[in-house]
Amino acid sequence: MDLENQKRVKDLTEEHGGENIVVIFGAGEAETAGLAAETVSNGDPTFAGPLAGVSLGLKTFHAIEDEFKTAVDEDVFEEQVGMMEMVLDLDSIKEEMDMIRSNYCQF
Amino acid sequence: MSILENKKVIIIGDRDGVPGEAIAECVKTVDSAEVVFSSTECFV
Repeated sequence: MDLENQKRVKDLTEEHGGENIVVIFGAGEAETAGLAAETVSNGDPTFAGPLAGVSLGLKTFHAIEDEFKTAVDEDVFEEQVGMMEMVLDLDSIKEEMDMIRSNYCQF
Repeated sequence: MSILENKKVIIIGDRDGVPGEAIAECVKTVDSAEVVFSSTECFV
């Protein structure tokens, strides 16, 4: 995950409190989504950025997961995300995000 | 309860997946949710 974005996530969590934050990812691959979600919950696995060794424990979802889809307006979701929902490997992404949440989410 | 209700939302979109702007448009349909940061990463 981009080092600049890691810093923004860290600063925003300090400002608002981790319990008030949800992080939504749009990654095209399950592995990329998992790495990014792990970074903001358990810490940067590459130990390169500001979140190295920092476990924020944030709640994370991918934009194609049902929890996000059912939370937003159906028509807008179809218009904005519908096409990628057909292209992406939903099962792999959901499985990866579930695994990250159950292991690292603190909220 | 919706995952976005009364939440501050951080969006990390992906140019090869769902872009940040698209996710943000969806989040804006939830009155009690606030987008505090939105970005679109590029892994190329």
